[in-house]
Amino acid sequence: MAEVISNNTQSLELGESLNRRAWLRFRENLPAMVASVFLISLIMIAICWPFVSGLGNQHSDAQFNAPSAQYWFGTDVHGRDLFGRVLAGARISLLVGLVGALVSLVIGVFWGATAGLLGGRWDNWMMRTVDVLYSLPSIIFVIVIITTLEGLIQGWIESVFGGDGSETARHILLYAGLGAVSWLTMARIVRGQVLALREQQFVEASRSLGLGTWSILWRHILPNVFGVVIVYLTLTLPAVVLYESFLSYLGLGIQPPQASLGSLIAEGAAQINPVRIYWWMILFPAGGLAALLMALNFIGDGLRDVFDPKSTNER
Amino acid sequence: MSLAYFLKRLAMLVPLILVISFIAFCLVRVAPGGPFDKERAPASPDIERNLKAKYHLDDPLWKQYLRFIGVGFEGGLIRGDFGPSLKYRNHSVNDIMAQGLPVSLLLGLVSFGFSLGVGIPLGIWTALQRGRWQDHLGSFISILAVCIPAFVLGPILIVILGIKWPIFPVGLWGGPWHVILPAVTLGTYFAGKVARLTREGMSQAMQQDFITTARAKGVSEKSIVFRHALREGILPVVTYSGPLLADLMVGSFVVENLFQIPGIGVFLVNSSINRDYTMVVGLVILYSVLLLTLNLVVDVIYGVLDKRVSYG
Repeated sequence: MAEVISNNTQSLELGESLNRRAWLRFRENLPAMVASVFLISLIMIAICWPFVSGLGNQHSDAQFNAPSAQYWFGTDVHGRDLFGRVLAGARISLLVGLVGALVSLVIGVFWGATAGLLGGRWDNWMMRTVDVLYSLPSIIFVIVIITTLEGLIQGWIESVFGGDGSETARHILLYAGLGAVSWLTMARIVRGQVLALREQQFVEASRSLGLGTWSILWRHILPNVFGVVIVYLTLTLPAVVLYESFLSYLGLGIQPPQASLGSLIAEGAAQINPVRIYWWMILFPAGGLAALLMALNFIGDGLRDVFDPKSTNER
Repeated sequence: MSLAYFLKRLAMLVPLILVISFIAFCLVRVAPGGPFDKERAPASPDIERNLKAKYHLDDPLWKQYLRFIGVGFEGGLIRGDFGPSLKYRNHSVNDIMAQGLPVSLLLGLVSFGFSLGVGIPLGIWTALQRGRWQDHLGSFISILAVCIPAFVLGPILIVILGIKWPIFPVGLWGGPWHVILPAVTLGTYFAGKVARLTREGMSQAMQQDFITTARAKGVSEKSIVFRHALREGILPVVTYSGPLLADLMVGSFVVENLFQIPGIGVFLVNSSINRDYTMVVGLVILYSVLLLTLNLVVDVIYGVLDKRVSYG
């Protein structure tokens, strides 16, 4: 908008767009900026590492090596370089987190916007459902769903695409399951925004011009809830990453030889014994997960302060 | 909260539990495989047929569900009977729950107490020191706690406090000494979360007009914080206690697994992999009943604390 106007009138060129002002405020938030730099470098390194490193993901005789100049994070039970494993784990954890959060975004925005827009009895029922789901142990359903439906999905993938479908089946179930338990807060927030927006005059105007409910939702309401949605997407991300590593830790998430941070921690915890302590096998994956979660949390908090200063809701 | 509303909520639990039991029942049945697939010796078709007949698994599905609920049959859910376990022979699901539930509840309760006992004071303290280095330090600790889930903290605590310096037992369940490490492992994450919520609630409460009024009247600072502000500042924590309890249960799977604690959390994952139909459905119902009831209690407490809230 600002650019369009500034082409016509010179005096308005000094004005700042809302996004630019938000960026300026975000930049002043030191923890959020540090976290962003860390996250971006982590992603870059995690993507590039397999091409740069000579160690690869190969099994070797160097079993349980302590951290050294060659193996920065030591080696694991199969003699694999732990540094590369942790990076690979971070990549998978971030991928699952991102896709899971996007699934939750789609469900949450759809549910919340529909409830807010339809209003009345529909709104009542849809939000009651959300209340009920809030008070259910949803992750238990995810565990049951993953363990029960895995065989079905795997069989279906193998019959349609051929090949071994177990890895794909796990990924699909993880994305769907994690998305399905994380959309509740998003739905509540979007509904609140939509309720406020639909009373605004520009919505009234489009309605009087004969625009249908869905067009109003798509063209006028959703663009306006975009900022808040992005904020809660960033706040959902660490929660999904945490759930994923939790499931992987239990052996229900990512399966070997693939690694996620959770399954790496599980591998490390399995090696705990009173005789020898392979501390690096726990410390580095755990540190990686904690650093990743912290970075995501700081960025989410920073974005929330910028876009949604009034909110104190943490759920 | 009016009594009528409370009773209405209580009555709502019944159809809800029925729906949940139906979904869980259908879900475990559509899964491929059955409870007798992984027997040690490959069962002959005759044995398997007999087993299925014994547990009525050859009946049509609707009949099995009615039997499970107890409509037109002996026992069943409406009489508080979850039926026999299909994997742990000669044990009923009720037996297994009766053994494991007290352990899990104790662990959950101690962790809940730990997270409130550490989180609320930390939150109040950081809120009162807002903007100073104490606030930054406290906030950093609480965000760090939120980023260290139980399955990360647990192994680290075991290695340091169980093996390196053997102060605490590394596992199993015995005296009160055994409770400490698991409870701290489980509670740290929630302590961080509670601290963050308390800080936000308290900082907002301290800016309210009634605090200024109390100050002007010469009320002591201690009384302002603990008698006036805390009552409002604690509300976000009360709201969060519902999901907190749910997450505590989830976390208890990991902690029970890690410390070899004989609770019921261990059974959920194993039973759903083993297709122990009755056990899975029983556990899902048990967890749902627990959570729904606790959430109702949380709402009652919320209504008592905040008189402005009206339900109905």
